Amino acid sequence: MKRLFAWATLIFGMGYFILPLVGLTEFSLSMRRGEYSFDAYAAVLADPRFRETFSYSVVMALLTIVFGVLLVVPTAYWVRLKLPGLRPYVEFVTLLPLVIPAIVIVFGYIRLYNTSSWLPLTGSLTGTNLLLMFGYATLSLPYMYRAVDTGLRTIDVATLTEAAQSLGAGWVTILARVIMPNVLVAVLSGAFVTFAIVIGEFTLAALLNRPAFGPYLQLMGANRAYEPMALAVIAFGITWACMGLIQLVTRFSKHTKAAR
Amino acid sequence: MTALPAAPPRRRLPLNWLGIVPFAAFALLFLILPTMNIVLGAFRNAAGEMTFDNVRGLFTPSILASYWISIKISVASSLLGCVIGFAMAAAVVLGGLPKWIRSPVLTFSGVASNFAGVPLAFAFMATIGPRGLLTLWLMDQFGINLRAEGFTILSFWGLTITYVFFQIPLMILIITPALDGLKREWKEAANILGATTPQYWRMVALPILFPSLLGTFALLFANAFGAVATAYALTGSSLSIVPILLFAQIRGDVLQDPHLGYALAFGMIVVTGIANGIYIWLRVRSERWLK
Repeated sequence: MKRLFAWATLIFGMGYFILPLVGLTEFSLSMRRGEYSFDAYAAVLADPRFRETFSYSVVMALLTIVFGVLLVVPTAYWVRLKLPGLRPYVEFVTLLPLVIPAIVIVFGYIRLYNTSSWLPLTGSLTGTNLLLMFGYATLSLPYMYRAVDTGLRTIDVATLTEAAQSLGAGWVTILARVIMPNVLVAVLSGAFVTFAIVIGEFTLAALLNRPAFGPYLQLMGANRAYEPMALAVIAFGITWACMGLIQLVTRFSKHTKAAR
Repeated sequence: MTALPAAPPRRRLPLNWLGIVPFAAFALLFLILPTMNIVLGAFRNAAGEMTFDNVRGLFTPSILASYWISIKISVASSLLGCVIGFAMAAAVVLGGLPKWIRSPVLTFSGVASNFAGVPLAFAFMATIGPRGLLTLWLMDQFGINLRAEGFTILSFWGLTITYVFFQIPLMILIITPALDGLKREWKEAANILGATTPQYWRMVALPILFPSLLGTFALLFANAFGAVATAYALTGSSLSIVPILLFAQIRGDVLQDPHLGYALAFGMIVVTGIANGIYIWLRVRSERWLK
């Protein structure tokens, strides 16, 4: 009886998830009247703006990941090793992007870094791209920091550091060759979440006026019927792939973790 | 060992704090200062003087109505997300389902909670929109015309139903560890003392879970309240919820007074800030139980 109820609940809930996805896929396939076809996908893939915006977002995502890793890993490591007293505060700051809506943050950017300010980032193309990347890094900070910090919890940071130091390693060597390989799985799972966030992000890119995938999606949605559905299926596929990779990576790590 | 004389501490400048400087600088420049700028801007007029006019400007019927519908949508979608998500998590953790089902459900929740924004709007457009799968199906099979019944996707319920899609999986992800933390001994102890299952839930399990539940509710609320992309892709600017209003204001479409924009953003920070303050406080309380 209880099990029956549990199954019913689960199936009802799963239906809620699956139905829109089915609807989305069905719609994206029905561009040709009366039969299913991949016409919408062909139209999308042939659109040069799709390739431009998509590759722009991919590059931004990769840059954000590199920047995020370089920022978060040393910080999380250092806080665990030398400044444990600061941990709650750092953690609080990393959670702030969940409290402050993205639209408020980007509004602040536009006001703070406009052309007449002390740091006119929005004045040049490179500057705006840089600002967008920093914005993405801010949005992914909660996920990245949490992932890395959880990874660091599973290793003995202090002992590893002392061992490396007594072998003559400097800080860069310790971070790159001792700490990084040990938290690689955590870093990767943070990286995939970052990727999934950046690829479809709309608000920041739209308000900073950059040609990213999110605003392109929105524009297509306002003007076309079938193509945006195909794009959304692609976006969903990417999100799914990222999450699948996280699962794969974490499962893989369970085998390599030494018994303690 | 303790007899060894400790080496005289070398007097050095404490340099440990240097390691946190890059992070602190980043957080300051791209998180705290921009937000402060908005908050301060909400209390300044064009000449840079202190004023409460901007905040007072929020209390017009149309802006209050925007906040109200935003809050209503956020509360409704969080409530639905909490209830359905909790039921699903409970089914998976406590319902006696086969073990293998847990991992796919959690993975799927990870995907679905990240599947927000513009693509999500399209998915629901294709399902319950005017020509959506479900709309047409209801029409063909039962002759129910959703539009004639007064339902459009560009409405309170349309948006709420759409938001629930990412609220449920978020709830599942957060509440599953809490449900795992319910010890079997508690249930057994309650049973031995003669408690029925409803009594166990009412007097043992729910009080323990209560902080997590309420806290997650606060997080879901903030999550829905700040969401721009889904609503914008779904409704354009036809449904004036606060994030959309602010978006249009930043784009320069409406509201000529830029400082009213500051005040709008400040109002959003206050609302999500209160919600998350509750979340953090309750989280600390609930973690005392779930060791």
